[in-house]
Amino acid sequence: MSDPASVPAAPAPSLGRIFWVFLVMGATSLGGGVVGYLCTGLVVRQRWVDDATFVDLLSISQTLPGLNATNMAILVGDRLRGARGALLAILGMCLPSAILMTAAAFAYSLGGDDPWSKAFLHGIAAGAVGLVLVVMVQLGSKVLKTPADYVFALATAAAVALFGVKVPYALVAASAVAVWWHRPRNRRKP
Amino acid sequence: MKQLDDIAGVFAYLSLLTVGGGMAAFPELKTLTVDTYHWVTFPELLHFYSLGQLAPGPNMMMVASIGAVVAGIPGALVALVAFFLPTGLLTLAVGRLWTHLAAWRWRPSVEMGMGSVSVGLVLAGAFIMGRGALFNWLYVAMALVVFFLLLRGRINPAYPIVACGVIGILAHWLDIARTA
Repeated sequence: MSDPASVPAAPAPSLGRIFWVFLVMGATSLGGGVVGYLCTGLVVRQRWVDDATFVDLLSISQTLPGLNATNMAILVGDRLRGARGALLAILGMCLPSAILMTAAAFAYSLGGDDPWSKAFLHGIAAGAVGLVLVVMVQLGSKVLKTPADYVFALATAAAVALFGVKVPYALVAASAVAVWWHRPRNRRKP
Repeated sequence: MKQLDDIAGVFAYLSLLTVGGGMAAFPELKTLTVDTYHWVTFPELLHFYSLGQLAPGPNMMMVASIGAVVAGIPGALVALVAFFLPTGLLTLAVGRLWTHLAAWRWRPSVEMGMGSVSVGLVLAGAFIMGRGALFNWLYVAMALVVFFLLLRGRINPAYPIVACGVIGILAHWLDIARTA
């Protein structure tokens, strides 16, 4: 558990420094696993947050909507320099890939119909499915702790993927049941 | 103008579903951009999503690509702001509140409950993605090999994914996998 009053030992970095550090991470965190890059950059290299705080902020990032990487940028930026720190952190994080993916759209409109580039893209799509499954297993190994958790996860997945339940309904209904299941109790379950 | 409004509405809505990661919103992303608005085809969506996995930074920056396909640079900008502003403000607000809730009795309940549901949403997204991306045994095999490689080792995911792209080209050349 982190203490909100425990601030990093070093003085808070400037807004420009926050933007730069997140820009570098946003440009170099190749190939997914951006949380790993964040941990190295923020905890080890910059010492802006300590280990316990990082884990705490990560659990908030995963619970709230929004991507883990951008939520982490906002939470860390806010701790360092308030709302403006949060804004510059997320801008730096997103700017490199925003430019790249916009450029990719234009490149796609020029060469996307070429059968050779289609063959390449079909291949990387298959590889990306493997990556998504790994991300799911890693997330699952952290949050699925009791048999009931597996039931909630599988029921949610089946409702959306097999029975066509819209994501927001599945999200609200399953969360309500799952949160209630884990409701605070005075006595431990036997 | 109508298109920019649609882009803003779609991506602001989708952003609120990304609990546990971008994949959680994938089923609705597919429904809205492919079936409802016809901005991209399903293969195009899969291609942009996969390219987005190769790019550095957050893994859903392909929303900029879809915005750009629909309405050029303004479309990309609107998609990005719509996708990040609502959840960003929410995170900022709740992040400040959450640290004050360290001792709140329901906090672990919310984290544990939402955690298992988010895994389920990501699984559903992966399933729907797989239905579109895995045409035959070759593509299933590639996905499985990438899965086990990344699960066991600490290699950069970009390498095996690009290798899959090369195998896709080889398969096309050898005419193993007629796909479209």
